[in-house]
Formats: sequence, C-alpha cells, structure tokens
Amino acid sequence: MKFFRSSSNQAAGPAIPQKLTRRSSGIGEISRLLNCEDGLCVLDLGSTSASNIRFFTGKGHKIYSEDLLWSSLDPVLRIQDSAGKPVLDSKKFLEENLVYENAQFDVVLCWNLPDYMEESLVKPTIDRLWSVMKPGGFLLAFFHTRDAGPDSICYRYHVNGTDMLEMQEVKFAPPGSPTSEKKSPRLQRVFANRHIENLFHDFASIKFFLARDAIREVLVVR
Amino acid sequence: METPPTGEFALIGKSVVIKGELSGSEDLYVDGHVEGKIELRNNSLTVGPNGNVKANVSAKAIVIQGKLEGTVNVSDRVELRKTAVVTGDVTAQRIAIEEGAFLRGKVDIQKEPAKASA
Repeated sequence: MKFFRSSSNQAAGPAIPQKLTRRSSGIGEISRLLNCEDGLCVLDLGSTSASNIRFFTGKGHKIYSEDLLWSSLDPVLRIQDSAGKPVLDSKKFLEENLVYENAQFDVVLCWNLPDYMEESLVKPTIDRLWSVMKPGGFLLAFFHTRDAGPDSICYRYHVNGTDMLEMQEVKFAPPGSPTSEKKSPRLQRVFANRHIENLFHDFASIKFFLARDAIREVLVVR
Repeated sequence: METPPTGEFALIGKSVVIKGELSGSEDLYVDGHVEGKIELRNNSLTVGPNGNVKANVSAKAIVIQGKLEGTVNVSDRVELRKTAVVTGDVTAQRIAIEEGAFLRGKVDIQKEPAKASA
C-alpha cells in the first residue's frame, strides 16, 4: 500500500524556481584532468558564467570566455551564396571570433553549440577549434538525440561540482538588437552519430556518453 | 561605489570624452568616454552605467557597470555588475561576476597581487 502525505493544512508559499541539474560524465572526465595538472588553459564557448570562471580559476587554471552562439547571430554575417541562398559568412565569422594562437587550449567546452549554430558555421568552427587546441586536449560537446524537437530548450551550463552541471535556459538578443528582443535560440538539427564522427574526423579519438535527457555527451581528444 | 561619487572621487561625467593617458592617486569614476590608458596603481576605478572605456587599465580594484574594452590588470578585486560588457583579458586576485554580465576574454586569477603594469 502506498500513502501520500496530505498537504492541505500547509500554507501555500510562493513557487520557488527549481534549479535544473544534470550529471555529466564528460565534465567528470575533464575534472580528473583538471585535478592532476596545473595551469591548464580552458576555453568556454557558452554565455559568460561566473560559476565556470570560479570553478576553473579556483583550481588554478586560466579560462577564456567567448559566447560563440551569440556572436554567430550578428546580422552583419548574413550573405547570399552563389545560388542566392542566405547563408552566414564563415570567413568573416572566423576573422572576428576564435582568434587564438595554434595549440593554445587544453580543454574546450563547446556545450550544445553545434546543435544551435547555423549549419554553414559548424564545420569551419570545429576545424578552427582543432587548430587552437593542443594535441591531447579535450573538447566536450552535447548533441540532442532524435527524440528532441525544434522547440527543445537551449540551455547554458554552469559547472557546480566534479561531475554536476546546473542548466539555465538561454535567452538573448542578437548583437546590435535591444535587450527587449530576447528570445531562445532554436534547435537547428539533430546529428546522427555518423555525422558527429565526420565532424570530428581530424581528432584523435571520440567517446560518446548517453544520458537520460535526450542528450549525447561527446568527448573528443585532439 | 554604487552611485556617482562626490568628494573623495575624481569624476568623469557622461558627456566627457578623453583620449590619452590617465593616471592618478585617487579613486576614479568614469561615466563618460575614455580612450587610451588608465593607471591608478593604489586606487579604484568604477566604470559607471554610461561609461565606455577603451583602454588598458591598471588599478587596485575595478567595478564595471558599463563597457570596457582592453586589458585589465588589477592587484586586488574586479567586479562585473549585471550591465557590464567587457572585452579583454582580466588579471586579478579576485573576481565577482553578476548574472547578466558579459565577458569576452581571458580570466587569470593570481594568488599574488598582479604587477600593476598595463
């Protein structure tokens, strides 16, 4: 028999928004690296996160923050290809973003960027990341599974433990737009495993972690 | 350092534009436009909500509410308020970032005070 505790006598307080968290095997693996090496260089490609800055600098590492999804929404990147189809100018994008020396980073946190970024930018961005990573460096990316729909919420991720992430819905206005025009980015596509392997073809190894929330975590080694 | 200062601060108001090198031995509040270099070795800089600084900054502490583009080298504490937009590398002993602040660049936390050289 199952009993449910009555709550009819309890005063109804204001609803407290619950923080969404998820366990991350990928962050768990990266944490092991962070704990056994000093002075690593980390590149966080999500929105500015105080938690992430605190987490990595607290362990004695340097962190670079660059919100690549937001930068990719800049209207000045919009051009037409030879067939007149609207695309984003990947050359211009990479002239203004991810401008680092070769082999600079030990860890790159890509989060869910490939799923939400315009298709014409994805492959050039991954190729640039390959260049700026050190051989043996780790890159962590999240990919939705086939169960995800176009309205899947775009989250930003805050590291708050060795293998725990706090999730917060992303809403922002594109560069140059008033903040009143904040909206959530839309899921652009769902990659098949084969496509993910092709995307990281130049990397030395790739490892998939399946999670219960329609997300595949992918940890690749340069 | 929440509000525009009165007596003990030097104030650059929101209609003021300065191009060049700024140095001093008192706390500074910038709500205008400064382009060049700011050096306040033992004092604090506050960039107000209307402030727009394009300069390499060297100071004891910085609070940013507006825009700052340049290298920030602070011997004590950097504070980014929710309206801050910072593009550049930050070196400090401590950093506090409010939700909503934007930072594009490197954060390097040094246990020893950063050498105040911009």
